Formats: sequence, structure tokens, C-alpha cells
Amino acid sequence: MKVVVLGAGVSGHTAAAFLKKKLGNKHEVVVVSPSKYYQWVPSNIWVGIGKMKVEQVRFDLHGVYNRWGIVFKQARVKAIYPEGDAGTNKGFIEIEYTCEENKGSREKVSYDFLVNATGPKLNFEATPGLGPGKNTLSVCTYDHAAHTWEELEKCIIRLKEGKRQRFLIGTGHSTATCQGAAFEYALNLAFLLKHKKLDHLAEITWITNEYELGDFGMAGAFIKRGGYYTSTKIFAESILSEYNIKWIKRAGVNKVEPGLVFYETLDGAYNTIEFDFAMLLPAFSGHGLKAYNKTGEDITAKVFAPNGFMYVDGDYVQKPFEEWNIKDWPQHYQSPAYNNIYAAGIAFAPPHPISKPMKSSNGTAIYPSPPRTGMPSGVIGKVVAENITDTIRKGVSVPRHTASMGRMGAACIISVGYGMTRGLGATMTVSPIVPDWEKYPDWGRDIHATVGEVGLAGHWIKLFLHYMFIHKAKGYPFWWLIPE
Amino acid sequence: MEQNMKVRGYKDEYYPPIPTKGTRFWRTNFIYQIYKFFRLNYKIMRIVVKGHS
Repeated sequence: MKVVVLGAGVSGHTAAAFLKKKLGNKHEVVVVSPSKYYQWVPSNIWVGIGKMKVEQVRFDLHGVYNRWGIVFKQARVKAIYPEGDAGTNKGFIEIEYTCEENKGSREKVSYDFLVNATGPKLNFEATPGLGPGKNTLSVCTYDHAAHTWEELEKCIIRLKEGKRQRFLIGTGHSTATCQGAAFEYALNLAFLLKHKKLDHLAEITWITNEYELGDFGMAGAFIKRGGYYTSTKIFAESILSEYNIKWIKRAGVNKVEPGLVFYETLDGAYNTIEFDFAMLLPAFSGHGLKAYNKTGEDITAKVFAPNGFMYVDGDYVQKPFEEWNIKDWPQHYQSPAYNNIYAAGIAFAPPHPISKPMKSSNGTAIYPSPPRTGMPSGVIGKVVAENITDTIRKGVSVPRHTASMGRMGAACIISVGYGMTRGLGATMTVSPIVPDWEKYPDWGRDIHATVGEVGLAGHWIKLFLHYMFIHKAKGYPFWWLIPE
Repeated sequence: MEQNMKVRGYKDEYYPPIPTKGTRFWRTNFIYQIYKFFRLNYKIMRIVVKGHS
């Protein structure tokens, strides 16, 4: 049997690693990814703040895949043919190579099972003027983060010359997600400037599409703190306030010009804010993959949602916020159209947001999309690998392994500063990610598993996770014992 | 901080709780944070194990 994995990020790499480990040399595992590097995305924040080099957060995949016996094709997938075409009944994908030696050449790669783990397209185009090469910066990839550090160094020089600098950090689209990463960057920036004794000349503003701070695209959470059940709104506002960071909430950025961001707030007002340095995260979308049936008819709408993410075993019937249920969320990540296709990590289409959808009086949707990064992506990748392995080795027709975001928890560790004695970390855990108001009618989540703490320990955990996950991704001894 | 708080008056950043000296001390107390390191790791591991089957 042949399993093709599209993407070599957290989810795709995890899926490929477990597929090969469980299937052995009797079966073939092929990974298709446009980049030859694996990157540990959470540590890009440290690249963007000048505390890590690019080489510390990425490595060449050829070495580990050669060792594991995985076929690696550095290419971009263009289309999926789940039923084959006139010449074959076997499903295949069409890829276009991105490596120097074969750049632009195309190939058809057949499969018995397909795992779509292509991750998100960084949709900078959704906000005119947003993104590297235009008017703002990003830390979404290691090269974006390295460029951000170069620009930040220029700001630091201007600060040292006594010139005031305005920093704007946050979400660059009205429905962007990944607030945690931008939040972490804002805090690291504040820490760095304070450490360099330049904070008196810096004005840092956090801009977000969240209804309240601490929503993080997962409808916020409640934590036990100081004898109270406290909302993460208080937690997030307290940290920003401590680091002298101002904030603008309920804001959808709709355009960026040099030094000027345009945004709309939920009350319908249109505003602008000037900046000298802006790190704003884009909206995410699918990669725009096409799907065709045996006769060549375009069946993209059957396989993919309008936002480009792949339909899986979730409940996609549109319903009001009050009727949302954790049962809407997929468990096996199997395509309902083709049972030999799975979508893992950010590539699957969520049935609906987690935060309540909000619209401004002008009709603009301003709310965070659901986050699916980090821990959930790794867990989903592993579960998909286990289900495919069961089908191949044991003939199991109905997937047994599950990983619903309505059941699994997540840990989000936001580092503040860097160093074993000086760094801090804000550790947040929630369980489950999607609030389950039936099981936990008071707080939506297991209050005993939900944590919000600031301290050195959080920073140690973040550093520990960096080295542990790089160790795991490189396939070093006992990598499979390290949880996702 | 007092001067800062006066400047912040009636702005959003005026109202959230700010950590006291004691809170800031415990955040960086090495012994206490070693305990926290293991406790938080235990909590995270529980979530990981519970999360998928």
C-alpha cells in the first residue's frame, strides 16, 4: 500500500513519522512538501525577537526521511483526482516540483491513502497592504521572523538615537486567528525594550479582533486564581497592563498603507492608527487545491469548503451559536466523500468558529477564527496515522482512534523574555479546546485542568518543548515516546 | 508605578490587576518555580493523555 502525506508541518510530519513506524518497509510512505525544511513554528517568536537563529528552528527533511525510508518529494500539490482519470482507477495527485533541479516539472503520484496536511495559506491578500514585502511584518514562518528581527533592529537603533517609535502588534484581518502567537510577540517585544532600557521611548499597542482580550479564538476560558473563578480577559489584560502595552479590541484591520493601519470596530466606526513597526498576523485559508472526478469534472466544492479547507466528518449544517455542540466537531478527520482521504491539522474545515461570530453595524464579520495549531495538529496527525494503519494492517473499515477538539485539551505557553533566570512564561491550559457546556455547565471546561499562571517555570517549559519537539521531529532515539 | 497609574487613569489599562512585589517574587523564586515546573508538566501530560484515544 502507498500512503501520500501532503505537507511536512507539525501535523503532516507527525502523521508520516507514525505511518512509517507502524507500517514498516512493506508499505510506502511519500511526503510532498514545497519546502525542504521542517520548522518548529512556536519558536519563530524567538527568531523575530533576535534570541534564536533560523537554523535553531528548522532542519532539512532529507536526512530524517532518508533514515526512516520515507520518499520525499519537494513539490507543491496542484490537484487531487480521488477516482483516478480515464487511464487509471486509482486515486492520484498532480504535483509541481519546487526544488532547484526539477523546478516547474509536474508528476502524477498515485496513492491508496491520502493525508492532506497542507496547513494554512497565509492569506495576506485578504487585507490590502498587509504582509512582508508590503507594509507590515509577520512571524508565521522562519524567514518572515528573521526579516522581522532585521526591521526591529532598525527600530532599536532609532530608539537609541532618542526617537520615539510606535509598535503595533496583533491581528491583521477581521477574522484572523493565532492571537496567542501575536500576543507572545508583543510581550517579548516589551520585555526586550525594557531590558534595553528603551521602553520609555516606545509605545506598544495590541490590536485584536477578539470581543474581549483573552478570547484567543476559543471563546476565552475561566481559571481558578486568587480565590476566584476568573475570565482569561482579566489574565490577558493584567499581563498587557503590567508590560505597559495599550490595546484596541473588537477591531478588524481592513487596509494598511505605509505607516498607517485602517480598521473597523464592532460598533461600526472606521479608525486609523499610525505605526513605525507593525507585526500583524494574516487570515488563514486553504491552499486552493482543486479536485476532479474520473471524467475530469471539477468536484472541488464536494471535497473542500469555500474557504479551501477540506470537509471531514464534522457536522457542517449551519446553526446559531446557541445550538453549537461539541458533537459538531470531527473525530476521525476522514473525508465524507472519499474514505481513503483524511485531513489533518489546520487543513481540515472546522464546522464553525469557537468564538461567537460578531458582525459590525456595517455587516463586517469581526471575530477570531478557531485556532488549530500546535498540540491539536500533532494529535490529529497521529490519530490519522493510527486509523490508516489499522485499515491497512487489520482491515478495520471504521476508524477507531479519535481526537475531537471537543475532547482534547491544549496547552498554550506564551514566553516573555528569554533566559533560564530572567525569562517568564504565561502558561495556559484548557480542556477541552471547544467548550462543552453539557458536560461542564458552569465553566464550559474542566476547571481543574484549566490553568493560567505566569512564572519562570512556564519559560522553562517553553524552552524544554522547543528542544524536545526538535528531537522528536528529527527522529532521534525514543522520539515516539514524546507526546504530541 | 504610581505615576504610571495616574497617567493611565480612566483608560483601559488602568483597571486590570497588577502583580504585587510578592507575586513578582514568587514568579522568579527558583525553588518555587521548580515545583511549578513539575506541577504544570503533570497538568499538561494529563491533558495530552486524556485528549485522544
